Amino acid sequence: MLDQTHSHAGYLDCILARYKHNTHHLLQMLREAQEHYGYIHSSAVDYMAQQLKLTRSHIEGVASFYSLLYLQPQGDYRVLFSDNITDRMLGNVSLMESMCNALQVKAGKISEDGLVSIDTTSCTGMCDQGPAILVNNIAINHLSQARVAAICELIRERVPLSDWPPAFFDITDNIRKKDILLGSDFKSGSALTKALQRSPLQMLQEVKTSRLRGRGGAGFSTGSKWEFCRSASGEAHYVVCNADEGEPGTFKDRVLLTSYADMVFEGMTICAHVIGAKKGFLYLRGEYRYLLEHLQTVLDRRRQQSLLGNKILGEPDFDFDIEIHLGAGAYICGEESALIESLEGKRGTPRNRPPFPVTSGYLNEPTVVNNVETFASISLIGLHGGAWYAAIGTDTSSGTKILSVSGDCARPGLYEYPFGVTVAQVLADCGAENTQAVQISGPSGICIAAGEFERRISFDDLPTAGAFMVFDTRRDMFEVARNFVHFFKHESCGFCTPCRVGTSLLANMMDKLAQGHGSPYDFAEIEKLNTLLLSTSHCGLGHSACNPVLDTIAKFRPAYDRHLTHKTFVPAFDLDHALSEARQMTGRNDAGAYLERIHVQK
Amino acid sequence: MSKNKETPTFLLDGKPIPFTEGQTIIQAAMAARVYIPHLCFNPEFKPHGSCKICTVSANGRQTASCTQQAQAGMVVESNTAQRNDERRALLQMLFVEGNHFCPSCEKSGDCQLQATAYEMKMMSSHFGHFFPDRPVDASHAEYLLDFNRCILCSLCVRASSDIDGKHIFSLAGRGIKTHLIVNAISGKLADTSFSGEDKAAHVCPVGVIIKKRVGFSVPIGQRSFDEHPISYTPHPVVKDI
Repeated sequence: MLDQTHSHAGYLDCILARYKHNTHHLLQMLREAQEHYGYIHSSAVDYMAQQLKLTRSHIEGVASFYSLLYLQPQGDYRVLFSDNITDRMLGNVSLMESMCNALQVKAGKISEDGLVSIDTTSCTGMCDQGPAILVNNIAINHLSQARVAAICELIRERVPLSDWPPAFFDITDNIRKKDILLGSDFKSGSALTKALQRSPLQMLQEVKTSRLRGRGGAGFSTGSKWEFCRSASGEAHYVVCNADEGEPGTFKDRVLLTSYADMVFEGMTICAHVIGAKKGFLYLRGEYRYLLEHLQTVLDRRRQQSLLGNKILGEPDFDFDIEIHLGAGAYICGEESALIESLEGKRGTPRNRPPFPVTSGYLNEPTVVNNVETFASISLIGLHGGAWYAAIGTDTSSGTKILSVSGDCARPGLYEYPFGVTVAQVLADCGAENTQAVQISGPSGICIAAGEFERRISFDDLPTAGAFMVFDTRRDMFEVARNFVHFFKHESCGFCTPCRVGTSLLANMMDKLAQGHGSPYDFAEIEKLNTLLLSTSHCGLGHSACNPVLDTIAKFRPAYDRHLTHKTFVPAFDLDHALSEARQMTGRNDAGAYLERIHVQK
Repeated sequence: MSKNKETPTFLLDGKPIPFTEGQTIIQAAMAARVYIPHLCFNPEFKPHGSCKICTVSANGRQTASCTQQAQAGMVVESNTAQRNDERRALLQMLFVEGNHFCPSCEKSGDCQLQATAYEMKMMSSHFGHFFPDRPVDASHAEYLLDFNRCILCSLCVRASSDIDGKHIFSLAGRGIKTHLIVNAISGKLADTSFSGEDKAAHVCPVGVIIKKRVGFSVPIGQRSFDEHPISYTPHPVVKDI
């Protein structure tokens, strides 16, 4: 045991030293330990516990919360298939089957030689170029049978990931329609220079004048948020950029961080000047691990340009820097208080609110948490002023919104529009035909049917974090809802009873319907579950978990009716099915072993 | 001004409840000897707010009464058909999530989950049972851990860290796979410094942390909730064995 601990000490010492043994960086240290060793070995947990003066159960508790961290050995090549409905529509199920067959491994298991493990994961943010996978947490898109065959060959030959064809790792921005943000010819430092010509209060006033609202979907006034935070007392103030873009169907932050990172970091820096922060964090979802080096390079350059660090642009009292924290596969960390818990190196469980992060956020100090797109928009407001920005869009929703368009359309990708654009316009622009439904703002948003396509993208009609998934008439909307419900079950943090158990119950009900055991009774049950989750859940995940089902029942009832073979109640428990395993084991095929129908043994 | 006028109050099911600054709804209710059903709350510990059994409507908005601070003039509804229907459904969820076989459980009659279910007139588990596979830990000489009954209230986690200073228990996993773990390489209670003297040995509201060899020393029929329903006191007083 001692020897094993020592072999882990070698790499762990470097990692722990780099993070100064600060337990708030536990998640980062665990992630790096895994990148080095392949998984987090039990002895590594012990060594970290001893060095960080934490208990091993605490470390296990944190590591086991994040689905991209492993406390057990994994295959040398860990393949995870993104399992959003858009990946399904592009055929990820048969691609995964092919890979499992070719490499002789079962989904969810490790091959006997320890070479490879294959499983599914929640949407990886590549819906415009799926089907997508992660290999050892690095993204590969545009999967086809040919590419699967090539990957299997590389894995069999044990070719290191760094030597795989670079084309596999190509990720394109797919910007289809530009407006003020995506079309801006932004020069790093230009917005900050203008912002610093104003006092922090004057800049705050510009943000309020712009009527900018949070782009994460909830739409809280950015100016008010900053004002609350600025006026809250504390030892320090913090700026956090929420880049945990986990809502299935959303990928705009990926592109903003790839090609507009300066605008994002500059927006954060302007915020720091307004609220008086010296430290900021970019919380980047683990699925975007491939962006880390690029973003570090941008930050380094900005430090050299005096846009970060001490005495920014010569301002004597303006010190600010940004650190990047990576998530590790937990959708719930997109909820701002869960994100802060995760930033502090803990399990990503949403906090009890109030207090809200503006008064008690990171390390219980006043903290602004804003979306990537919100900060990028701040750069535009810094540059052109609040009145200019407020003139774009609608009365309730100023500025533009970037939509992540995917699904059944000719041109998936990013589309930026002034607020107020109709769904029909977006559908026409992206080349969608025979559209029966659009899922706005992902599974937690709303599903609209053909009669509603004149509705508008805005906070008072269709608010959205950006996801815009298109479904044409070939698609079974019941299966769409079932996919989303399983997503919520997978991503529930497990803290509160209603969401932890309710999301599983809901998934079970949808599976029951899919298996043909449903009846109208089950619809009433789903309604009841929705009321309970809305009333008692701890956070928005539980509140919205039933939305996809309720929307599709209301608007696409025939899709459900196809699965209803019974008019009255049918129990979920299927005696015939439950006995089938025992029959197989005992080899019984006589009449006495059968209850309803004759099974033909394979 | 008389002292009485300075004490702020809120209305709980129509009854004025005095409170002091910073008190939560359930804390003030308990001080006024009013029962609000709860499981993960224990007045000796910092509120957790996870079981949601204590959810009330405060000024028309549902909130966990163990974490919501009382405010002057607040109108709180707790003992209503709607709130109790929700509580029953949450209890049913807890029953199907784990493996709760009351007739064979040593804790029967002293179990807050069972007693609260009786209080809320729960007649069946309603939902389909999950029947999870949760091995017991009988490694410790004096105590048994039966994880089948765990409702993830985290009271043992809080007791062991905040009072015993031992940090023996933690929550691990996520979602429906969330589970209690023990701080040892083996994962076994015998390999920790756990003892019967610990606060953590006496806070489990259900039957996870069980003292061995005394399970039925108090006969069924003479147990805490056989004598009085759980609502008899604002926080249950359970006979400790």
